[in-house]
Amino acid sequence: MSFRATSAPSLSEAVAFAIVAKKTSAILPRMERTEAELIAAAVNGDPASFEPLIQKYSPRVFATARRYARLEREVEDIVQEIWIKAYQKIASFRGDAPFEHWLMRLAVRTCYDFLRGHQRNRESAFSEISEEEDNWLERFAAAPEATNEHAEAAKQLIQRILDQMSPAGRLIITLLEIEDRPVKEIAVLTGWSVPLVKVRAFRARAEMRKILARITQTKYL
Amino acid sequence: MNLDLLQKKLLAAARAHPPTDHVPVAFEKRILANLPTRLAADVSALWARALWRAVIPCVAVTIVLAALSFVPTNDSSSDEDLSQAFEQTLLASANQLEDSP
Repeated sequence: MSFRATSAPSLSEAVAFAIVAKKTSAILPRMERTEAELIAAAVNGDPASFEPLIQKYSPRVFATARRYARLEREVEDIVQEIWIKAYQKIASFRGDAPFEHWLMRLAVRTCYDFLRGHQRNRESAFSEISEEEDNWLERFAAAPEATNEHAEAAKQLIQRILDQMSPAGRLIITLLEIEDRPVKEIAVLTGWSVPLVKVRAFRARAEMRKILARITQTKYL
Repeated sequence: MNLDLLQKKLLAAARAHPPTDHVPVAFEKRILANLPTRLAADVSALWARALWRAVIPCVAVTIVLAALSFVPTNDSSSDEDLSQAFEQTLLASANQLEDSP
């Protein structure tokens, strides 16, 4: 083994080394470029410069998309749509705010479009409530304060309720109540005015209450 | 049942279970593979969208002009003036030729 390591490299090893060196020299300058440079290159029509941006921000975009879509296939389609829109609209990025903010605005609006597009597919029957969710509701009815909100059944139940809500209602509840974002930030993310966000938040809470009332009426009255 | 508390508990449940930020392997390659084709397709889409948007204003202008053409004018002599002016303009070169020595 030691003899082989110190001996002259074979032709195939030399070719492999040359390929690796070439790839490294091509990738390294791209990685070292700043975000502004990468964006400028993308504006000039270089799709490859978009790759580091996709790698950097995709986790955040995936986490956002998973708030609104359950199936992984749908999540991937949403994220792909977000990145394609980002590439197409990159020229409109002025650079006066961080790229991440601009991207998240795009992500939230694309998720909202997805919700509106799949409005008809929303679940309509509560008969599909699982046994675990049913048990969790029974435990809540018996001892409301003692019920564990960290239970998997509670997570599934809130997901089911969100699936029942209107697109605007679901978006507002997610951003305002679950992600704890301020109203002004939601207005920027959604493109709605602050009063409209407040009105929609009020309606969304009422909508959620109505769904909860329907569940509890059919199950416990 | 206390709906307020139920709502709070369920929202707390949603907050306690944030979605994962896992990215599928080589997902960026999939995006990059889709970028050029989508851009090429979007040029025609932009044209189609612009043309469809132009339909309504064009129809509106046509309707307005058609309506205006049917509006009767109070001044009956204006038609004659217009026809005379048109005739003079059309035959201006012929008149100049006649007047010239």
